[in-house]
Amino acid sequence: MVNKYMIDAEHVVAQLNQGRLFDFSGGVHPPQQKSLSNTTPINTIQEPSVLYIPIKQHIGTQGNICVVVDQHVAKGEALTQSSNPFAVPVHASTSGIIKAITQHPSAHPSGIPEMTITLEPDGQAQWQLMPLLTDYTKVEQVVLLERICQAGITGLGGAGFPTHLKSNPQKPVECLIINGVECEPYISSDDRIMREHAWQIKQGIDILRHIVKPKQIIIAVEDNKPQALDALKTACLEDNGITITSVPTKYPSGGEKQLIQILTGEEVPHDGLPIDIGCLMYNVGTCFAIADAVLHGKALVQRVVTLTGQALAQPQNVWALLGTPISHLLDIAHYDPSKQLVKKVIMGGPMMGFTVVNDTVPVVKITNCLLVPDKQELPDIEDERACIRCGLCAEACPAGLLPQQLFWHSKAKEYDKAQAYNLDACIECGACAYVCPSEIPLVHYYRKAKADIKHIALEKEKSEKARERFETRQARLLADKQAREEKHRLAAEARKKTMDNKGNDAKDKIAAALARAKAKRAAAQNNSPSDSDK
Amino acid sequence: MTLLTALLIIGTLALIFGAILGYSAIKFKVEADPLVEQIDALLPQTQCGQCGYPGCKPYAQAIANGDEINKCPPGGDATIKKLADLMGVEPKPLDGDHGVEDVKKVAYIREAECIGCTKCIQACPVDAIIGASKQMHTVIIDECTGCDLCVAPCPVDCIDMVPVKPTPQTWQWELGKGVGDIPIKQVL
Repeated sequence: MVNKYMIDAEHVVAQLNQGRLFDFSGGVHPPQQKSLSNTTPINTIQEPSVLYIPIKQHIGTQGNICVVVDQHVAKGEALTQSSNPFAVPVHASTSGIIKAITQHPSAHPSGIPEMTITLEPDGQAQWQLMPLLTDYTKVEQVVLLERICQAGITGLGGAGFPTHLKSNPQKPVECLIINGVECEPYISSDDRIMREHAWQIKQGIDILRHIVKPKQIIIAVEDNKPQALDALKTACLEDNGITITSVPTKYPSGGEKQLIQILTGEEVPHDGLPIDIGCLMYNVGTCFAIADAVLHGKALVQRVVTLTGQALAQPQNVWALLGTPISHLLDIAHYDPSKQLVKKVIMGGPMMGFTVVNDTVPVVKITNCLLVPDKQELPDIEDERACIRCGLCAEACPAGLLPQQLFWHSKAKEYDKAQAYNLDACIECGACAYVCPSEIPLVHYYRKAKADIKHIALEKEKSEKARERFETRQARLLADKQAREEKHRLAAEARKKTMDNKGNDAKDKIAAALARAKAKRAAAQNNSPSDSDK
Repeated sequence: MTLLTALLIIGTLALIFGAILGYSAIKFKVEADPLVEQIDALLPQTQCGQCGYPGCKPYAQAIANGDEINKCPPGGDATIKKLADLMGVEPKPLDGDHGVEDVKKVAYIREAECIGCTKCIQACPVDAIIGASKQMHTVIIDECTGCDLCVAPCPVDCIDMVPVKPTPQTWQWELGKGVGDIPIKQVL
């Protein structure tokens, strides 16, 4: 069934060619800080002395570890494997020896330790390549999807959704959208990769085109990245099927649903996916990685990370091996501790990032930026003040929600009411908190509420399962008891019956004996008169 | 005469409507969710028996019959509040005689010490322990409700109640502790 909101690719592209763009409600314009890091080429850095590779770096489930301690692994060799479609393998980022398989602080706001493989590089960087699929147009889609999965590719834009699952849509794809917007004010990793590797991104797009067969392809780049735009235009010069569009700089226009709204004018349903209206979106870095996996046989072992912030003497973009501890990257960018009161490193941008727990936390597939601000740049969060109901947050919300209401209900733990205000549709972009004059960390409250809601649902599910198991057990025990009683009853009956039978026999015997005795007596009586007759 | 007509008409109407209502009461009868089921749905289903009843369902039955609503330590204050809402009574603090609210735990059998007596298997209200006579037993963590009932029967004391550790997936975003803070304010 075709959704009535399904977009029409030809129409969308015609509009784009006329220079017509749409807008989403809300959004903010934080000061741009991209020039800190985007002026130098992506730096290829020295390998760190140790790599911490978490076995789960994406949304989904983890694979099973298939290496042992002290084993030597080649660069690109899979460390985990699984047949679960939601499990994406992780790979050795370079050749070396597995030193340990232990818990290690995770690249997550909580920093809770996660299962991590510690790899000591041997300095050889010896690749183990997968067979090349250079002539990919002659290969079946499923083979390419398998390759994308085996190369460990997940969305590199931020969410980390397994790419092979996304690339297997069950609905027709009208528009394939390549997201080069990168709207976070500090991050420039996508900017640099577009400038320097536009051709390989184009190759990745061609592979995706072969897999998902879209009617049209649109590449969107924010207008603060003119060089990236030019590079992509040059790479796609001879390809009429690709439309390259520059979109106005506004945060968060790089959000999936926001970008679709900008390009097509249609909103993705809040409980739906882009594919529901015929769109599929990939980050430019993901396209690069897909080309690497298919054409060069390389698994995803590195990514571009922006190192930025005033506390770094040499902000830059680097090719960081997955698992590189952030301390190594801070050394490379010449971190100056005197610029900070306490060491504070933010993974991700200033709007959506989080403070990491310590500097042994590794770079993972979704790490696009390390922001190390000096003490003026990003002051510590002040104590929040009371909400003055100014309504700025509602104006800023790109999802069209009512952040104030969400805040009240989240704070009061009235989660059903928060959900009635579509808390689920919040993309946690931080625009509301950014404009709040009372310094209320609104997104914090939403994240907490979302986590709580998830937790309550999980508990509910568990208790439901426990109830079922309890009742099944009670029923079983009852059935056992009844069966036992039935058995006893039958046994008792059988015993009684035998008793009765025995009893009858006995009676018979007694009767027989009595009869015999009677007969004897009678015979005796009969005889005696005859005797007397004699 | 007019009075009689009026009475007759009203009477007839009353009969007709009475018949309609009576018919719909039988035909469109709504099965109300019985109170016990509703109460049972609010209880945490640990089946621990700390309330003094052999499981959550029996306690639900007891509440429906007028027992106190504050005898469930695993449910804690949250459950008491929900029960109070449902029963239309004032929430009261947890009855200390039945235990105190605790962190969530699961049973863990120190397998080297297990003698395979099956006593814990018989005690488990949700069949979350597997094993056989003279074979090692183990707990299925996902099914364990942390009810504590297996600990007492164990003749060799090899069962521990271990607090469940949070994972990044179940982590609760503690506010204001500086962990996972979002920067949000940008001055430059």
